[in-house]
Amino acid sequence: MGRITLDKVQKKFGEAEVIPPLDLTIEDGEFVVFVGPSGCGKSTLLRLIAGLEDVTNGEIRIDGNPATNLPPAKRGLAMVFQSYALYPHMSVRKNIAFPMKMAGMDQAEQDRRITKAAEALNLTDYLDRRPGQLSGGQRQRVAIGRAIVREPAAFLFDEPLSNLDAALRVGMRMEISELHAKLQTTMVYVTHDQVEAMTMADKIVVLRAGHIEQVGSPLELYHSPRNTFVASFIGSPKMNLLTGDIARSHDATTIGIRPEHLDVVERDGTFVGRVGVSEHLGSDTFFHVHIPQMEEPMTVRAGGEVGLRHGDTIHLHPQADKIHRFDAQGLRVA
Amino acid sequence: MATEHSRSSARLMIAPAVFVLLVWMLVPLIMTLYFSFADYRPLRATFETWIGFDNYASFLTSSSFLSSIGTTLWMVGSILMITIVGGVLLALLLDRPMFGQGIVRILVIAPFFVMPTVSALVWKNMFFNVDNGLFSYLFKFFGAQPFDFLSQLPLFSIVVIVAWQWLPFATLILLTAVQSLSSEQLEAAEMDGAPALSRFWYIILPHLSRAITVVILIQTIFLLSIFAEIFVTTNGAFGTRTLTYLVYQRVLESQNIGLGSAGGIIAVILANIVAIFLMRIVGKNLDN
Repeated sequence: MGRITLDKVQKKFGEAEVIPPLDLTIEDGEFVVFVGPSGCGKSTLLRLIAGLEDVTNGEIRIDGNPATNLPPAKRGLAMVFQSYALYPHMSVRKNIAFPMKMAGMDQAEQDRRITKAAEALNLTDYLDRRPGQLSGGQRQRVAIGRAIVREPAAFLFDEPLSNLDAALRVGMRMEISELHAKLQTTMVYVTHDQVEAMTMADKIVVLRAGHIEQVGSPLELYHSPRNTFVASFIGSPKMNLLTGDIARSHDATTIGIRPEHLDVVERDGTFVGRVGVSEHLGSDTFFHVHIPQMEEPMTVRAGGEVGLRHGDTIHLHPQADKIHRFDAQGLRVA
Repeated sequence: MATEHSRSSARLMIAPAVFVLLVWMLVPLIMTLYFSFADYRPLRATFETWIGFDNYASFLTSSSFLSSIGTTLWMVGSILMITIVGGVLLALLLDRPMFGQGIVRILVIAPFFVMPTVSALVWKNMFFNVDNGLFSYLFKFFGAQPFDFLSQLPLFSIVVIVAWQWLPFATLILLTAVQSLSSEQLEAAEMDGAPALSRFWYIILPHLSRAITVVILIQTIFLLSIFAEIFVTTNGAFGTRTLTYLVYQRVLESQNIGLGSAGGIIAVILANIVAIFLMRIVGKNLDN
């Protein structure tokens, strides 16, 4: 079981309020991702749940039991750190065994769990090596192994993939998702990468300056972002946000159109502009289009092979039902 | 240092320094070797250039040799114990954020800057002195008899003085090691359910092991040649005669330069054996 409830949890460092009072419920078995730009308080929130930071006000409950003043070890949570935080002088086996040794578990049970975790994580051949002799991905797996063997109520991940290279990151993303599908344990995952959030989460919590901007499933956030911040944070490349006459014609202060919802047409487009930088990804091409009435260039997704070059004139037409409208406060207009 | 040309000019430029160092080291060593095979007692006007290994034999067989070895080991060992244990504790303490951290750190390191002779004199006259020492006042304050440290516990007193001087060095090296420990490792251990004492034992101490071996190596080399502290306080009496001090006594007090030189060479050999062992241990420790 791993249902975590935050009730008006607040965190101040001296006078600075990092997390204003905040309510959140993480259901048992859910994969929840905290996402936001750096400095938004997402790591602090995770550390509050872990017990590595003291809560200034409010209450944390794990499975209905108050945990606000419990020391980290007593909360039944396991954490995977950004730097992996492996113990460099211990072998992989001893690293994984450490939490069980601290809990005073008997040797046979320890060995059984180590073998099981090592098989699940492809670490069997490396059990007697030191962390220093492993690659980044293997170290990551050892850190996860150390978390698994405790059979915790929930896993906490603090930007675990940010030290890996791009290819490995995709692989580890899959492995963590697989692990979640297999264990069905609650996982709380912190990242600044919206791609990780979109691909892994059951539920995304978007944070800005300690505030929860929106909570929802990846597709909810994609299809109906509650405000312009979420709209521009979720989705890659970013949503185009337009103001001025074009927005007024839709009865809004700001309208948002995602690059994939702009069609390239032959003539008579809503927007006419010049092609600037184009990014060819093979499957897609992203054009940065300069439109005379607008300061910012618009991003457009087109097919892989579109015969447009730098400086060419382009006609664009937005898909009418995919336009997001926001009011003067930046909130979504239904 | 890439090209042939820059390599040869580099050699040329360090040559004078190497030459001076060699002369500085080799001349005294060769003279000591030369004297160690001679019967040279200036006050009796004796000088016989070659008497074979007689000096070595009489130095090694004298009863004071073995006892001086024992004293040396005892002294170096207990100073190492005090400085390492105390240094680890002080380093952990100083690593904590506190008010006036900068000043406290400078104060802790200060004893290292006091010259050995001076610190020995200060301890002898201001702390250990039976009539006016601070410890005597303290004993009297609690209604006890003043205690004459230097004649009752001479070896212990010298250990205290030297440990006081070297504690800052150990603290300094160990403090930098403590500071280099990543806080995430300690947090991970905390999450893993390790209480403070286990965190110290399983995480902090292994992390410090390299720094500790380095401290042991450097301190042993310097502590084997403790002299000023013994000279100023007990003059080698009451069982405080170390090997270094014995050599000094043979040369200057007995005016037997040949015997003293032989003792010096023996001391060099023993110190090198110790150094080789220590280097092995350090090397092993630095490898993994």
